[in-house]
Amino acid sequence: MTSNTVIELYVFMLAAFVGYQIISRVPPLLHTPLMSATNAISAISLVGSLVAAGADYSRVSTILGVIAVISATTNAVGGFMITDRMLRMFKREDHAPKEKR
Amino acid sequence: MRDIFIQGAYLAASALFILSLKGLSSPATARRGIMLAEIGMVLAVVGTLVNHEIVRYDLIILGLVVGSLIGAPMAIWMPMTAVPQRTAISHMFGALAATLVGISEYYRLTHGGHLSHTEMTALGFEVMFGSLTVTGSFMAFAKLQELVGGAPITYPFQNLLNITMFVATVGLFLYLIVNPENSQAFYLMLGLGALIGVLIVLPIGGADMPVVISLLNSYAGLASAATGFVLQNNVLIIAGSLDGASGFILSILMSKAMNRSFSNVLFGAFGSSETAAAALKAAQEKTVRSISPEDAAIQLAYASSVIIVPGYGMAVAQAQHQVRELTELVEKRGGRVKYAIHPVAGRMPGHMNVLLAEANVPYDQLYDMDEINPEFDRTDVALVIGANDVVNPAARNTPGSPIYGMPILNVDHAKSIIVMKRSMAPGFAGIENELFYDPKTSMLFGHAKDSLQKLINEVKQAP
Repeated sequence: MTSNTVIELYVFMLAAFVGYQIISRVPPLLHTPLMSATNAISAISLVGSLVAAGADYSRVSTILGVIAVISATTNAVGGFMITDRMLRMFKREDHAPKEKR
Repeated sequence: MRDIFIQGAYLAASALFILSLKGLSSPATARRGIMLAEIGMVLAVVGTLVNHEIVRYDLIILGLVVGSLIGAPMAIWMPMTAVPQRTAISHMFGALAATLVGISEYYRLTHGGHLSHTEMTALGFEVMFGSLTVTGSFMAFAKLQELVGGAPITYPFQNLLNITMFVATVGLFLYLIVNPENSQAFYLMLGLGALIGVLIVLPIGGADMPVVISLLNSYAGLASAATGFVLQNNVLIIAGSLDGASGFILSILMSKAMNRSFSNVLFGAFGSSETAAAALKAAQEKTVRSISPEDAAIQLAYASSVIIVPGYGMAVAQAQHQVRELTELVEKRGGRVKYAIHPVAGRMPGHMNVLLAEANVPYDQLYDMDEINPEFDRTDVALVIGANDVVNPAARNTPGSPIYGMPILNVDHAKSIIVMKRSMAPGFAGIENELFYDPKTSMLFGHAKDSLQKLINEVKQAP
């Protein structure tokens, strides 16, 4: 095991710990937006896909990379947009527009 | 210089992701949080694009454009009732990206590169979690979208087969760590992982979906984090572990709300036909009281406090707008209306909250189970719309019942109860609901949307 891997394990452990602490405070009200937000954030695997698609490793890597870029972009773009669309709908009583009767 | 820019962009992105999740602790700050995450994502992508390893941009631009063209329309036009399906399919896309990057790296390192044991370990985690999540999420999507039947599919020796395949996959993984160059073993492990994903979701029924979706969320995150280990990229590790942690927390919360363990959800057949049959037989000796929309409307019109309990039935009937209209009528007559949201109501965590928010129900009327349960004692009318197992008092009273011990909404403590239901068919757990035979309960049979419309008309006319 290289020292790099050890540092990465530390990063993983700390990030998981911080994530656990922060996400425990998200109210059940927002659990659906939470899931779509973390999903959009994990579309950061896009950075790996971009390198696979754009670096001239081999034809196999390029093809797999392009498909991966498409999948990850779908998630990043769609995930953030739908999370925002959901969050826009959550309103407090005094701000909720009343239906005209 | 370029390297400093790239690393700076990744560092900023990691900080922004963490801050964005912190924003989600309240609806007031949540949208700003998402904005931060978007900035973080753009920064990370721009940082990556200046990477000197990238030599051609045409395919990258093609991928980005196609991905946006798929993602954006889905986000803009998809109805809110389809959120569980979309979430499931997005877990699939996320895991697919991670898996493909993993295969591509394996291919590169075994063709002219050197694959160390450590790298193989990370790659193994990546494609194992990844492939399992790709097919598992697709199955969950197919079930939620009703491309395949939502009922659990079981066959003899199911658990034995699943466990055998799981052991085989782990065995291959261990073998690969020792012999990373054996590509046959690698692709076999990939295939087995994909097969396990299918087999593990097949026996899972609709009401277990909240647990399964959360679990797949966690796996997709872990696959992303493993990608970070493979590529030695910290922002991937951080984002992946945030996703993994969120999925993990939600799975625990959902399992607790159903009083079941992970293994019970994944390996246990629920509500075996024998117990269901016995319960049904016992139930036939009792009688239910049905009520007309007119009488139910009178009760609601003169109630001073009402608690509405929505369930998956409300989502199926798309009746959330009628529910809100009824709420406003009751409020106009001076009644107080609250909503009681059980954690596993619906098909994913928080499903009911999103649907009601879409129908313009203000979120301060939505109460969690623990907040609202003490209030049922002081409530005139509890209106149950398409919920069943989550209001079944058997969870408290009947030790032999399959759902015994599951936390429920104490609807039976209300002064009177109106249950809106299509028929007397039992809920997902296949067990009779004692609540329906309670002398305080009246049943309003019919399609939820039609019944609510009738109630709305009657309450309007109430003197």
